[in-house]
Amino acid sequence: MTPGQRRWVFGLAVAGLAAFYLWGLSGLPGFGDYPGPYGFAILHLAVQQTNATGVVSAVNFDYRGFDTVGEEFILFAAAAGISVVLRRLRGERERSAIDEAADRDVPPTSGAVRMVALLFTGPVVVVGWWLASHAQTNPSGGFQGGVILATAFVLVYLAGEFMVLRRFSPVALTDAVEAVGAGGFAAIGVAAVPMGRAYLYDFLPLGQTPGAVSSSGTIALISFFVGLEVGAAFVLIVGEMLDQTLLIRGRDA
Amino acid sequence: MQYFPFVVVAWILGVGLYGIATSRHLVHLIICLIVVQSSTYVLLLGVGYVTGAVAPYYYDIPAHTPAVDPVVQALALTDVVVEAAVTALLLSFAIQAHKRFGTLDPQELVSLKG
Repeated sequence: MTPGQRRWVFGLAVAGLAAFYLWGLSGLPGFGDYPGPYGFAILHLAVQQTNATGVVSAVNFDYRGFDTVGEEFILFAAAAGISVVLRRLRGERERSAIDEAADRDVPPTSGAVRMVALLFTGPVVVVGWWLASHAQTNPSGGFQGGVILATAFVLVYLAGEFMVLRRFSPVALTDAVEAVGAGGFAAIGVAAVPMGRAYLYDFLPLGQTPGAVSSSGTIALISFFVGLEVGAAFVLIVGEMLDQTLLIRGRDA
Repeated sequence: MQYFPFVVVAWILGVGLYGIATSRHLVHLIICLIVVQSSTYVLLLGVGYVTGAVAPYYYDIPAHTPAVDPVVQALALTDVVVEAAVTALLLSFAIQAHKRFGTLDPQELVSLKG
């Protein structure tokens, strides 16, 4: 297909899509007039029922927790898929970690980069941990916290070298943490079943003060496991990508 | 009745789709896919918005203060994470495609494999 024909096909498809979009839009309430009974019902009930003041977390990890299990396993499958796609192919060999061209003058990482990365690593771990453990309180949770925890490992790479990153996050350990995170979420859900409750029923004590760290029962616990899973998955993904550029060399290299 | 946010959605979606259709580079194509997906965030948050309402967090505001719909916000949150993971997976496909065929131009990739 020539680019010209491609543009014609694209134009036709967009015209069709635009018609459907306008049709759909005509049935929507205007911006700011959302009537949604479901969302408002949750807003009125969530704090009493779960003792979590973060209603978005209550939706994610309790009311629609089953969706989040599936969504977390998308992440799990994507990380596993990356490991498979970026494996060492036939004809490729893994370069040794020793510098093979010691005589070549490679510019070292600048002192400023190393300094900033080192300074930020500690605070980033604290922020990530804080986010992962405060889902029940405010706009935070395992997803955000996990991504920020993974950033700490990227900072380690920036401040040091790839081998330092590998020492901080060995593949076997990262895999295990990811599996514990993903399995923990599913297991908390199953744990409610022998008690005669529905899957992912919040069976833990809800605590006294709404929004306290110890409140909201399983919401806090699930958020913690999601933090582990997301953090480990992203460390794994970054590690695989770096492996690809730094360690694996092709047939002709 | 205000429709401006939905016009923004259509614009982001259109720009992204145009980029995908005309792309000459796999990494560019993947970024265009992210743009397309970004339109879903605007759509979700736009649908759930209530004029004059606050974010659905009751830590330091009285209970029953009008808030926006928390369900679409939860959807947008998970959407972001999945997008990041799927993007990484697609980029790893791009790496392998480049290794195998020596090009990242999707139109050349088609002619190579038929």
